[in-house]
Amino acid sequence: MSPPHESYDVVVVGAGPAGIAAATVAAEGGARTLLLDENPGPGGQVWRAIDSTPLRDEALLGADYWAGRREVERLRASPAEVIHRATVWSLDRHLEIAVSVGGGSAVLQARRVILATGAMERPFPIPGWTLPGVMTAGAAQGLLKGSGLVPDVPTVLAGQGPLLWLLAAQILRAGGRIERILETTPRLTAAALRHAPGFVLSPYFRKGLALMREVRGSVPVVRVTALEALGADRLEAVRYEAGGRHEEFAAGLLLLHQGVVPEVNLAMAAGVRHGWDEAQLCWRPETDADGQTSVPGIAIAGDGAGIGGAGAATLAGRIAGHAALTALGRDTDAAALAAARRGLRRALRGRAFLDRLYRPPDRFRIPAGDTIVCRCEEVRARDVLRAVEIGAAGPNQAKAYLRAGMGPCQGRLCGLTVTELIARARGRTPQQIGHYRLRPPVKPITLEELANLPADDEARAAVVR
Amino acid sequence: MFRRAMADPRPEVGITIDGAAVRAREGDTVAAALLASGRDVRRRTAVSGAARLPFCMMGVCFDCLVSIDGVGNRQGCLIAVREGMRVEVQRGARQVGR
Repeated sequence: MSPPHESYDVVVVGAGPAGIAAATVAAEGGARTLLLDENPGPGGQVWRAIDSTPLRDEALLGADYWAGRREVERLRASPAEVIHRATVWSLDRHLEIAVSVGGGSAVLQARRVILATGAMERPFPIPGWTLPGVMTAGAAQGLLKGSGLVPDVPTVLAGQGPLLWLLAAQILRAGGRIERILETTPRLTAAALRHAPGFVLSPYFRKGLALMREVRGSVPVVRVTALEALGADRLEAVRYEAGGRHEEFAAGLLLLHQGVVPEVNLAMAAGVRHGWDEAQLCWRPETDADGQTSVPGIAIAGDGAGIGGAGAATLAGRIAGHAALTALGRDTDAAALAAARRGLRRALRGRAFLDRLYRPPDRFRIPAGDTIVCRCEEVRARDVLRAVEIGAAGPNQAKAYLRAGMGPCQGRLCGLTVTELIARARGRTPQQIGHYRLRPPVKPITLEELANLPADDEARAAVVR
Repeated sequence: MFRRAMADPRPEVGITIDGAAVRAREGDTVAAALLASGRDVRRRTAVSGAARLPFCMMGVCFDCLVSIDGVGNRQGCLIAVREGMRVEVQRGARQVGR
């Protein structure tokens, strides 16, 4: 199904919490609105498979998951057009969008674009992390929500952050097995505790404590300072260091997680200015209070603009929807907008503490030696350091020397690691080193699909003599 | 590696994996159906031939690449199963013309 029109007032990319809210508000306000999403159904990652999950017992996935149903119902009641299995692979400064649907591509013109591409899990480059049997915690959570699957081999969760504890609780409630949790969070620092008062007032506080209590009741938790996945052609064991001692634990599944970071590829390729966020250790687009970026007409809402969680993303999506209506010269509901702004401030309370507490240690972000950095092109940390020695100044030279970041994921899973590796080797900041230069297509498409794009006179004149 | 947590109310969907009949469920992604099948579904990378399984399950990592109905390099985690779908584990690079 290709988009029914060639132009829209508002095009929203991504049907997670922020995108659903943004599209709903824009469409309810009378703008011709299109929501494009890559997945088979709405919900993004947080509300994944909310229409189709086999886990109908609401206690299993919890109230925060089922809160998504209300938002999806409101979207469906609105006049927004929604297309799933739609991959946006290009967006430019003229707000022209190329989208691939069902093997063919179409080009659309938008008057306003709201990117709600959300977050992805932060790379966790430990030795052996490419072995079959090593996955992200989010992957296991997706399998649980989407298909009701739980691990049935000896399973280890490793890392840190709220999602790790939530996933552990959900797997246990669904009858899955977890042998051990390897916690990589360093002990609380004074710097983190300075932000604690905000956290105690936040919704995370009570929920977080309850989850940890639930999980610690049935799974041993070990604080570790080193982590390695072992095996020849699949995961066989996890080796770790705890209290100065090395231990090995037989496992068939290792689930890694150390927080989430914005998915920046589409925004960067569109020319949106980003800066290094030292608190969240990732790239973050420059946005104003409405989500508006450095490119006129392109806004970013939700975790793609900096990690705030699902509650904050819904509110940021509403705000971006209102802002798009205002920019289009339409009336918006001032009271609803004010309420969303107040709610967003509340939802972000305590975030500074979480960022400090769950700041991933250098040793789990910046690998050494043989550890694979670029999973697609199988480039190792030592290769990147060697490239720096012979003159690579930044990620783009490393890419030219090594093909790092040139595989199908286009640097999504190695970009942060390569930037931080080079920054440390050269004694610079990540901001000074920069990120890969990203260009469309931001997801791979076939040449056939490109060749079949409708050609205008200008395109024909460029090749016909 | 994974099993279905409980009696699954969703209708069954018949697919083949490397020619063998497998019962999946409506709403499963191809990658989920592969992991739930109990079969050895490790792909081989195009670069070194290393064994891989899906890693992120959210469209980012491309470690779930499979051939579906004769078309290679499809992201199995983003595509829902359909009755009669032919899935092949991809060993190495996509073949020209497929």
